[in-house]
Amino acid sequence: MLEARHLTYTTGSSTLLRAVDVGVRPGRILVLIGPNGAGKSTLLRLLSGDLKPTQGQVLLDGRPLGAFAPSELARRRAVVPQASALSFPFTVLEVTMLGVTVPGFGLSDAEAGKAALDALASLDMTDLKDRSYLHLSGGERQRVHIARALCQLAMPAWRSGQTRCFLLDEPTASLDLAHQTQVLAALRRQADAGHAVLAVLHDLNLAAALADDIVLLARSEVVAAGSAQEVLRDDLLSSAYGCPVRTNQTPQGDRPFVLPPAVFATHVARPARSLANGGGAHVLAN
Amino acid sequence: MTAAVPIAARAREGGRLASPHALVAVSALALLVAAFLSVSIGPTGITLASLPRVLAAIASGQHDAATAREQLVLLDIRLPRLLLGAFVGAALAVSGAMMQGMFRNPLADPALIGVSSGAALAAVATIALGNGLAGPVTKAFGVYALPFAAFLGGVSTTLVLVLMVGRSGQLSVSTLLLAGVAVGALSGALTGLISYASDDRELRDLTLWMLGSLSGASWPKVLAVLPFALLIALALPGLVRALNGLLLGEAEAFHLGIDVDRAKRIIVLVTAAAVGAAVAVAGVVGFVGIVIPHLIRLVAGPDHRVVLPGSALLGATLVLLADLLARMLLRPAELPLGVVMALIGAPVFLHMVVKRGVGGG
Repeated sequence: MLEARHLTYTTGSSTLLRAVDVGVRPGRILVLIGPNGAGKSTLLRLLSGDLKPTQGQVLLDGRPLGAFAPSELARRRAVVPQASALSFPFTVLEVTMLGVTVPGFGLSDAEAGKAALDALASLDMTDLKDRSYLHLSGGERQRVHIARALCQLAMPAWRSGQTRCFLLDEPTASLDLAHQTQVLAALRRQADAGHAVLAVLHDLNLAAALADDIVLLARSEVVAAGSAQEVLRDDLLSSAYGCPVRTNQTPQGDRPFVLPPAVFATHVARPARSLANGGGAHVLAN
Repeated sequence: MTAAVPIAARAREGGRLASPHALVAVSALALLVAAFLSVSIGPTGITLASLPRVLAAIASGQHDAATAREQLVLLDIRLPRLLLGAFVGAALAVSGAMMQGMFRNPLADPALIGVSSGAALAAVATIALGNGLAGPVTKAFGVYALPFAAFLGGVSTTLVLVLMVGRSGQLSVSTLLLAGVAVGALSGALTGLISYASDDRELRDLTLWMLGSLSGASWPKVLAVLPFALLIALALPGLVRALNGLLLGEAEAFHLGIDVDRAKRIIVLVTAAAVGAAVAVAGVVGFVGIVIPHLIRLVAGPDHRVVLPGSALLGATLVLLADLLARMLLRPAELPLGVVMALIGAPVFLHMVVKRGVGGG
């Protein structure tokens, strides 16, 4: 299990996270949601070991992250960052194969290549394998990095009984619907394989569809944690996001969904046809 | 893919012009050819026909009066020059490749971490003060005073830079870049100040050194750079994975299990030592560090398993060929190596950049 205990992170005079407790369990998917600047990415970077907490600690199976060597950590967790700075013409296959270069995997080139091809196939990227990374669209780039991380996780576990984690920062941000579904399915497979999965998601409906547990962050603190039903509530979301949010239930009644607040707002404001001639104040008054 | 498909279109598909193995093989072959040309051609002609006889005489250790002069030229002039040229080329090209990988920028250059400017400052100071204040010291070192000072200047500038930037415990690449520019400017100013105060003869020495040359090649110099050649050869295999990971970004490299800070320190120090040694024996020779790795990436992709050995082989080849031109174009006079290199390197580089863009892909 990967857990954050009473995590506080400050940089300069600003506190980006305040006393956060979060636990990611093997076999489950935890989704972090919250408005911009709530501290979601900071929390993810603390959990992946990129940042060192100002106070509190991050434990992987009870052992502080700081006690792991980078290579040891790489065998236990894979990370998909929000954006990567790669500006050299690696091919898609080469980027994916970087996921199997972790020391200790000790793979032959053939095995590594097969693992990479499997990871690419699971994300519908086989046809792109020889394409230069620099010629990919934003969504394709995102999928390559997910494939790279999948590759890293697919390697034989260092020792059984050890939690392996999959951390993703907005993995679906630039994906179309079909590929979003594909990535979510890949995350579910990783959880089913016993890995602890944590994803930062912006889309509340994807969060509702995917999450076993949801943590809602706002203003650097955990506002709510629990199942989708428990966290995706009108009052919690409205106050966290600072705008009126109305949730609904799917017809089966098992998953909440959220319409964008704008739909709701324009619906209310529609009578104000005077918008064009300076009726903005009128709309606001509504 | 057929030959009718334009190169650019193939590159767009990520297709490489050559496989890694082919590239390394061709580079090795090119180096052999360049080495052969380098020992057999020169102002003092050793004809191709007499070469086997000269080599045989050297190998057997027998005195052969007919080839005594050729033996001397070959053993004491051409061979050390060949080895030194190969070292300078390989060290500069590999250092360039490492800097570009670490800074994630195909235009990065070892000069960014202050080696060249520090070496230049020390060399200029040695030349200018050699007759005055520092006279006793430079006399004690004889002809090695200048290379020794250049090496010390280059490496110590880098060390100071790394210590300053790494004070917070982390070596930030962007801070390193900015601080490197500042340190370079400062060394440049001091160099300018000293040359302003130099007399005409010192100025000429100074200028020639800044233009680079292999004309002072000798066996002691070859022995002096040998440890650095070994250092590079030993350090490179361990840096391949780190450099590949660093191309993705520092956080990503860490996620892949690379001790990023340790890797960066090793890269900077190996580069400083390699470039310092190269500058010490050959003066300032530009363009090798940028053109060669760029060419390799263009042909075989950015994987450092190819880029590092390929750069070493092709960098050595390029310097040997440029040195050959430097020796032959205006014989018996000799052109500065740095000038020839810039004359070849700049147009080639310009062509690559304009045609293919900076990323080279």
